[in-house]
Amino acid sequence: MELTRREVIQGAAGAAAVSPLGFDLTVAKQVKLRLRIEGATVSHSICPYCAVGCALLAYTKKEADGKVKLLQIEGDPDSPVNEGRLCPKGATALQLAVSRRRVEAPMYREPGAAEWKRVSWDFALDKLARNIKASRDRTFVTTDADGNVVNRCEGIAFAGGAAFSSEEGYLATKLMRGLGLVFLEQQARV
Amino acid sequence: MTNHWRDIRHADVILINGANPAEAHPVGFQWMMRAKVDRGAKMIHADPRFTRTSAVSDKYLRIRTGTDVAYFGGLINYMLQNSLYHKEYVEFATNAAFVVKENFSFNDGMFNGFDPQRKVYDTASWAYEVGPDGFAVLDINHPRSVLNLLRQHYSRYTPEMVERITGIPKDEFLAVAKIVGETGKPDKVMTIVYAVGLTHHTTGVQLIRSGALLQLLLGNMGRPGGGMNAERGHANIQGNTDHAISWDILPGYLRIPAPGQKSIDDYVARSAAKKLHANSLNFFGANYRKFLVSMLKGWYGDAATAANDFAFHHLPKPASDSSWLSIFDAALRGKMEGIMLSGMTATSIGPDSNQVLQALSNLKWLCVMDSYATTSSEFWHAPGVDPAKVQTEVLMLPATHWIEKDGSFTNSGRWAQWKEQVLPPEGEARHDHWILAETFQRVRDLYKEQGGKFPDPVLQLVMPYKDARKPELDEIAQEINGKDLPTGKRLASFALLKDDGTTTAGDWIYTGHYPESGNLAKRRDGVQDPAKNDPTGMGFYPNWAWSWPANRRVLYNRASADPAGKPWDPKRPGIQWDAAGARWTGDVPDYPVNANPADPASPLPFIMTGEGMGRLFSNGVADGPFPEHYEPVESPVDNPLHPKVSGTPVAFHYDERAGRGNRYGTAREFPYVATSYRLTEHEHYVTQHVEQLVQLQPEAFVEVPYELAQEKGIKTGDTVRVSSKRGKLEVRAVVTKRLGPLTIDGKKVYQIGIPIHWGFVGINSGQHWLANALTPFVGDASARTPEFKAFLVNIEKL
Repeated sequence: MELTRREVIQGAAGAAAVSPLGFDLTVAKQVKLRLRIEGATVSHSICPYCAVGCALLAYTKKEADGKVKLLQIEGDPDSPVNEGRLCPKGATALQLAVSRRRVEAPMYREPGAAEWKRVSWDFALDKLARNIKASRDRTFVTTDADGNVVNRCEGIAFAGGAAFSSEEGYLATKLMRGLGLVFLEQQARV
Repeated sequence: MTNHWRDIRHADVILINGANPAEAHPVGFQWMMRAKVDRGAKMIHADPRFTRTSAVSDKYLRIRTGTDVAYFGGLINYMLQNSLYHKEYVEFATNAAFVVKENFSFNDGMFNGFDPQRKVYDTASWAYEVGPDGFAVLDINHPRSVLNLLRQHYSRYTPEMVERITGIPKDEFLAVAKIVGETGKPDKVMTIVYAVGLTHHTTGVQLIRSGALLQLLLGNMGRPGGGMNAERGHANIQGNTDHAISWDILPGYLRIPAPGQKSIDDYVARSAAKKLHANSLNFFGANYRKFLVSMLKGWYGDAATAANDFAFHHLPKPASDSSWLSIFDAALRGKMEGIMLSGMTATSIGPDSNQVLQALSNLKWLCVMDSYATTSSEFWHAPGVDPAKVQTEVLMLPATHWIEKDGSFTNSGRWAQWKEQVLPPEGEARHDHWILAETFQRVRDLYKEQGGKFPDPVLQLVMPYKDARKPELDEIAQEINGKDLPTGKRLASFALLKDDGTTTAGDWIYTGHYPESGNLAKRRDGVQDPAKNDPTGMGFYPNWAWSWPANRRVLYNRASADPAGKPWDPKRPGIQWDAAGARWTGDVPDYPVNANPADPASPLPFIMTGEGMGRLFSNGVADGPFPEHYEPVESPVDNPLHPKVSGTPVAFHYDERAGRGNRYGTAREFPYVATSYRLTEHEHYVTQHVEQLVQLQPEAFVEVPYELAQEKGIKTGDTVRVSSKRGKLEVRAVVTKRLGPLTIDGKKVYQIGIPIHWGFVGINSGQHWLANALTPFVGDASARTPEFKAFLVNIEKL
């Protein structure tokens, strides 16, 4: 008989299983399962690694301090793609989602400097916008040597996107083409 | 993928090349195992390494990396010589009968139309004879019919020649050819599964085309359990290829305009396919203008009018190739000022990492948007780099990652699956799209204040969101779908798009994914109730998410049925003609739903091509209308087919063109072939930040064939130096019989295996060697995909 996760959880509450050592493990099992996901919110996600597109269930709970805690990520049994299965990467996705190794704040490294400097978002985005404008103005070609209208910026490139949502990617394309960029790339070639 | 993951379970034969799905796509691999276990499918794996995929295959062929054109060519020849191809399908659904112009030639490795000065082919010189009606001349018995030219071209690919080039013994090749040939029968079907082991070559596009030719000949395209199925390697690489984060296209695979195109009419005339047969629907070519105008109308709104050709000249027109290699070549030449990298690290992803580090040092500025530090954000203090000498200004912007935002990922099978925001952004992290939108607004403000070069597109780009600095992904999804401007209603199909400026569509192939009824990518009717959610029993699950185009699950599915509309295999129907209902049923048809196959004027099966047919002969590629085997740029042997033209004559050699020193090695200095790949426990480089995965696979290594290790006195665990003309690794050796010697044209050739995952950033930062320090700075003639998978190295015990 195949049991779904839900059935196991429900079953654990009712069945009185006595272990070979003579202990009734039901209570312990119940507590363990409860600790994990009881009262948690279930959200639907997709694995962030390869392009099989395994569906994920993510369990979260709001802590007393108001912070949302991610408790568990597992395969979504309803998905026609993965039917609940995950590989080692998908199965450890929680450690990618929640990590002390994340970059905490915008950082800036001056030309020639040996260290990062922590900066504000306002500083960072102002710097980036000014760099883009200056490089665009310096390297923008409106008409090429043959007299063709080309309206292109030759001195800036944008690369990336295989890890973010389609809608973000579409916006990236639209904004970069709007700036006149021709050097545009993601991970399709590399 | 032409098909999708679950569909692979319908295959009778699974031909796997340039891929290791058991380890690189383990969960997708379950569908190959289902085919094997449930229906006794035969699995054939050709790979330089014996992997976990090989371990469960019925046949494993050790092949020299980069020679799959010869392997596929041998199979094509075998099918033609032994009349095993699906004749009725070939006549019905391919351009086999099209007559090629008299100027066509192929001699000693060169096709006609080569310009020796520019080292490119004039692809227009590969064309069909045109009749008085303006359409291509058809005569399958003509000596220059595509079928007869194909026979002639591949007649050189005998089993003996296959053995000389690939190293696959003739008998083993013939045993496989026999199994593959079985699928030329109408009620049998084969799938071809591949990954970057086929694309990462100077002949990458032709490697894929070789497989596609074989599938067309065997009648396996468009059918459940068939097709050409690329296993893509990143969660949303498909979605953001569709949305054109790629220099050569606009969303929905429209070509980027070229210099000299003065108007949309001019652009369409030079970009869209021409109708080449009276019964060709030529759907893409015929509607090209509608798709472009609807995109421009969405981007430039009221500033895009019929009077200004819908702001056509707001679109940039690149001078030349502007892909990955070209970006870093421009930086090396001092022409590139700034690069933005988002979730992608230039340094590690290569090729030729040392040259990439130099390119990054030449920039004025670099902006990295990522959740974690990368080898690019940290390049200026990489091992061996003196920060004082790097004048590049670097910004590191902490971005949210997948679980902190919603939006859709499109998987390899073209299924757009919506995900929810699970967690709020960590710390100061911001969404990539908010960073981009806010930056764009700031640039726009600067142009408003200061003026500057051609500010119109920057000032006029429409940002139709409640907050232009913080657009919601749901709003963007609606924009991508597009709408009817007079009514303001979202469109249910791209068939409703117009070229008069009254419709918008950000990406026409996604039009219909978000109609008035809501976002279809959120649908979740899956395997919890197969009887209800999979009405055909074929695993299409039409109400689970949404797949482009039009929620079609198998592309080209008209070819799954015979000319009369009956499935080639009634047990595995894709679509079929329901005469009583006067419509096609099954999957969403890749064909007009009411087109009666009995009508002599009914459209030909491949509605997207000008021919109306699948193309065995094509001028859509830069290096030849038929795939031909060329040696990798770094190869241990001369091409046995034509030693004087050993490698492809049209690869673009960046270093040579730019006057930089030669960075290619020879077999004398670097006698071993190397190839690179992923391991199950890592995904490129980001997983170096994931503790459990680093524990599972902590340390860089190379795989060394047992016999070579014996010769060199190398034991597992020894530190070895692997070097190419461009760089080196000093890592531990794993000695294995999974790799072994091949005999190539009488010469013993060893292949060395190199996992790609390590660098100087991550939990185990002592593992600082970059695999791509070894790989060559050269790419495919058509796509410029770098040759990561075949290059020369030396190995020494340290």
